[in-house]
Amino acid sequence: MSREFSPLWEVFVRARRGLSHTHVGSLHAPDAELALRNARDLYTRRQEGVSIWVVPAGAITASSPDEKDAFFDPAADKVYRHPTFYEVPDGVAHL
Amino acid sequence: MYGNDFSAEDAPGGGLLGEVEAAEVALREAAERGRRVGAPGPDQDLAAYFAEVIEADQKIEPRDWMPEAYRKTLIRQIAQHAHSEIIGMQPEGNWISRAPSLKRKAILLAKVQDEAGHGLYLYAAAETLGISRDELVELLLNGRQKYSSIFNYPTLTWADVGAIGWLVDGAAIVNQVPLCRCSYGPYARAMIRVCKEESFHQRQGFEILHTLTHGTGAQKAMAQDALDRWWYPSLAMFGPPDTDSTHSAQSMAWKIKRFSNDELRQRFVDMCVQQAEILGLTIPDPGLRWNESRQSYDFTQPDYDELMRVIKGDGPCNRQRAEHRRRAHDEGTWVREAAVAYAAKRAEKKEKVAA
Repeated sequence: MSREFSPLWEVFVRARRGLSHTHVGSLHAPDAELALRNARDLYTRRQEGVSIWVVPAGAITASSPDEKDAFFDPAADKVYRHPTFYEVPDGVAHL
Repeated sequence: MYGNDFSAEDAPGGGLLGEVEAAEVALREAAERGRRVGAPGPDQDLAAYFAEVIEADQKIEPRDWMPEAYRKTLIRQIAQHAHSEIIGMQPEGNWISRAPSLKRKAILLAKVQDEAGHGLYLYAAAETLGISRDELVELLLNGRQKYSSIFNYPTLTWADVGAIGWLVDGAAIVNQVPLCRCSYGPYARAMIRVCKEESFHQRQGFEILHTLTHGTGAQKAMAQDALDRWWYPSLAMFGPPDTDSTHSAQSMAWKIKRFSNDELRQRFVDMCVQQAEILGLTIPDPGLRWNESRQSYDFTQPDYDELMRVIKGDGPCNRQRAEHRRRAHDEGTWVREAAVAYAAKRAEKKEKVAA
């Protein structure tokens, strides 16, 4: 049997209905169910949340900091993506 | 909101907990602040990029480039911090079955559970630096990494549980609050979580001592005896004096540490004197007196030779603590293996159903 115990899981907690899940940390557990139980004890002991997601850390692909600038270039030539680009005639309400 | 404030000027928003909140706000601000215009990008000059992020009080994140020595020193510091939380469960765990009331027992259980949680947050933070928790546990078990010297002292009476909460957790908070501003993001975020919970521990310790010192003569004597034994080991928790501290200068330059050992020790003494007065206890230091010109207390330094002996493994409980941790690990092997086998079996079943 493999001695490799407990892969790493990333934990996301949603604080209240209506908010989104936020990454709160990671933990080791042999399977998803134990990861969930441990996350409950570890990250929501003081009513921090109402919903937990656990994801095997290996299932996450992250962007590289090296390509930060190129990858997230705000596309300066696409200013029409911002609502402030558009001129609103005087006197228009609720727009 | 949690609080560790006992005096008027430590009202919510001020004091150490206020500093934790301020650090949390600063963390968010640093994250929102864009990089300085014209700052070197990671694709141009890695070292300059790293230096600039630190200079701008922004956070280094796991996938950023960092000097090898920065990575090593953080692994050492965070791992030893994590080990301390785990070993620190032993001296207090020693009193769970003997706590004097059900209320005290429930609180102590919650506290020891918190310490386990702190250990786990910190192991997770250390793992972002590219070392596995199993490796770190191995290093602890074979004595190649240390934990805080304080946990090598025995808990002889119930009052010791109070003294640990007030002094040991108090010293830990004074040490850890500046770490909430540490330049390494995962460590800073873990410290913010830890400090908020730690202030509950410090308060509960203070309350235990307060109850004892306002009880019978025997109870008060027990509290004084605990303070007498824990005072100097707590002062020693801040590490060797600045003149002998090997990692300090580099850690300060990298903004891992924000204050020197001696500065933090002084801050701790200044805090404790007033709190001891409220408890009606005497700090066991004949040299303790207010220094008007420094606006601080002069005090007798702890015995640093003793500190070095304890760190090197020759304190009152070093062998017992290590032996207990090793036994738990060894005797738990079959349980860990059962969990792995069960997880594998269930994964296999799932695959069959899916197929």
